[in-house]
Amino acid sequence: MKLLLEHAHVEGIRYYDAYRKNGGYRAVEKAFKMTPDEIVEEVKKSGLRGRGGAGFPTGMKWSFLAKPEGIPRHLVCNADESEPGTFKDRYLMEFIPHLLIEGLIVSSFALGSNATYIYIRGEYAWIVDILEQAITEAKNNGWLGKNILNSGFDCEIYVQRGAGAYICGEETALIESLEGKRGNPRIKPPFPAIQGLWMRPTVVNNVETLAAVVPILNMGGEAYSKIGVGRSTGTKLLSVCGNVKKPGIYEIDMTQSVEEFIFSDEYCGGIANGKKLKACIPGGSSVPILPANLLLKTAKGETRYMNYESLSDGGFATGSMMGSGGFIVFDEDQCVVRHTMTLARFYNHESCGQCSPCREGTGWMYKILKNIEYGKGKMSDIDLLWDIQRKIEGNTICPLGDAAAWPVAAAIRHFRDEFEWHVLNPEESQKRNFGLAHYADPIHVPAVG
Amino acid sequence: MSEQPKFKVTIDNITIEVPAGTTILNAARMIGGDVTPPAMCYYSKLEGSGGKCRTCLVEVSKGSEKDPRPMPKLVASCRTTVMDGMEVKNITSDKVLDARKGVVEMLLINHPLDCPVCDQAGECHLQDLSYEHGASGTRYEFDRRTFEKEDIGEYIQLHMTRCILCYRCVFTADQLTNKREHGILERGDHAEISTLLGKSLDNEFIGNVIDVCPVGALTDKTFRFKNRVWFTKPVDAHRDCPTCSGKVRLWMRGDEVFRVTARKDKWGEVEEWICNDCRFHKKEVKDWVIEGPSRIDRHSVISQGHYVDTVKQPVYIDRVIGKNPKLLLDIHKVSDVNRPDVDLSKIEGPAHSDDFKKNKDN
Repeated sequence: MKLLLEHAHVEGIRYYDAYRKNGGYRAVEKAFKMTPDEIVEEVKKSGLRGRGGAGFPTGMKWSFLAKPEGIPRHLVCNADESEPGTFKDRYLMEFIPHLLIEGLIVSSFALGSNATYIYIRGEYAWIVDILEQAITEAKNNGWLGKNILNSGFDCEIYVQRGAGAYICGEETALIESLEGKRGNPRIKPPFPAIQGLWMRPTVVNNVETLAAVVPILNMGGEAYSKIGVGRSTGTKLLSVCGNVKKPGIYEIDMTQSVEEFIFSDEYCGGIANGKKLKACIPGGSSVPILPANLLLKTAKGETRYMNYESLSDGGFATGSMMGSGGFIVFDEDQCVVRHTMTLARFYNHESCGQCSPCREGTGWMYKILKNIEYGKGKMSDIDLLWDIQRKIEGNTICPLGDAAAWPVAAAIRHFRDEFEWHVLNPEESQKRNFGLAHYADPIHVPAVG
Repeated sequence: MSEQPKFKVTIDNITIEVPAGTTILNAARMIGGDVTPPAMCYYSKLEGSGGKCRTCLVEVSKGSEKDPRPMPKLVASCRTTVMDGMEVKNITSDKVLDARKGVVEMLLINHPLDCPVCDQAGECHLQDLSYEHGASGTRYEFDRRTFEKEDIGEYIQLHMTRCILCYRCVFTADQLTNKREHGILERGDHAEISTLLGKSLDNEFIGNVIDVCPVGALTDKTFRFKNRVWFTKPVDAHRDCPTCSGKVRLWMRGDEVFRVTARKDKWGEVEEWICNDCRFHKKEVKDWVIEGPSRIDRHSVISQGHYVDTVKQPVYIDRVIGKNPKLLLDIHKVSDVNRPDVDLSKIEGPAHSDDFKKNKDN
């Protein structure tokens, strides 16, 4: 089932003519015949959940927006996609930019935002040009600017580049950065829906969330909510990377099982090079890693499906999260300790340094993991790591502290003997840097030959 | 104007009525004593400060009368406002004490612990914090981050290695001047305080960043290595200053003025900002009208010794745990030393066992 990527392979879909010919901007036409409240109601009905990671219902978020008289409101599109393993927004913006622009126009109208911002990651330098061209095309064809479709509604979209900080993907840090300040997360409350950009009510949404508003308007919220399972409605983009045969972007309707998603030819096509599945991070680097047995089946022995509820089944003890959809697959040759160290280095580098547990704890965790990885670790280091992550988690201003703590916690929880093996066999662990293979999935043994 | 509504809040079983909009920390400060969470970054005089150091984390076990659900995470008490009927656990919560111990450990892993040569020693909030809430040792086995010492302005030295990044000086510099010249470079554990392109700050009130610094990262160059804090006596004094209020605290030894700082309240916060002229240039007794000895707050090692007007913190242990703690042995029944009715601060010179003899008072 494809909604967002329906026309992704049409030639020239990046440009206005092809996009319009393939049903583009129908949602805007429809939206301007409705009232803003009706659009919000439609999004609420659709059950759309934020695609940036937390999975908060978008309709709810929109209805929290304060609407004081005489104060402008803003919509900000969070295109600061920096989570390791996640690159779905990049695909959307690079190949179908008009889908995002269309979603932004509809959402701006629904929320009453006359100045809408796309805060894009600085490293996506060339995509800025693509977006700006799309905005110009939309403007030339009367979809943006003053008095859109004679409705009396004005809207401008501005693209703002970030300067290469992961933390600016956190909504309040993004707002600070957009205001021209240092991108430190703000302390909540007040929430952005009350006081956001320039202390005005602001909604910050992910690229994919805003793009999904287009099919919702086109098909109606009711019909959209029928796609998917339970509270996981609609379609979700997944960016698959790691040791699979066919990495890339997939759009799923969240009814597939994890097993089907990894091994069927329609999606990832199985593990590359005839290896076995060892572990997987199902939703971007911040969510807990799962070993093969817990990934394919929940702790209760039920099949795990690719949706918000099923992936988080069992909490953090035996489950994970849908997150932002960065699906990272490990084969039997990958070393979980090395991988955890790499992630710890990333979070150490990206911590904003505002609150002490995250600023000092991430660096400390990285140094310990580096010791273990390079054969200088002690047994007590593993318990120490566990204690540090416990003291970071939940004690910080923004979720970056949690995001730094969860991968370490999950790696120790599920792969503790691999850490111990590194400590006990320092020389061997450096010679063959791939940890223990016995976690690998015993069912999906590749055919010999 | 209608009267501001009062909210009832219970902190560690002690109930107090505070005006709506008060933060938990300020409500706890109204009670005082042990139930007040420590605060390294919050500064009531600086707008926007707080929430960063995480030492003031508390557990909200009951949200309010209307919505009695507890808050899921520990909250920063300096930035969370009270609700009517809120119940807060500070020292009665193991979770809080554990988290706070963790925060103190984190704050200390990159701190040089060079107290013996640090000018702040003796009135350092980090010393107090680690003494009161920290562990006895560290589990950190790596090199600590270090920086070169840097002069910001003629009279202030920045020793970034000691900094705990509380952002107080950033807020001070930002709120006392119009220009954004003083801020943070880099991020994470390699973040550092710096001035715009290494420029020196020449604002007339910039010396106040020394007073707001909870550690020895910003020090007064006219006082560096001149004397230890506990050898000097604080005296309140004032002068007719054209720029500031002129109300200062002199740190004297004999007739010599070693240091001039702003007056601080019992939470270690500056009462009124003073100008650079008062702070750095008026170092003669004749410049000042002496008012008398200062009341010393708990954030000074002097309060441990023999000094008149030491501010004693109230003790609430009976109200916190609901009864008087049962003593296995009251030391005062078997020993006369340190009898509670003898005020140590009233004793001239070092205490001697003779000072506690019962017949000596009569």
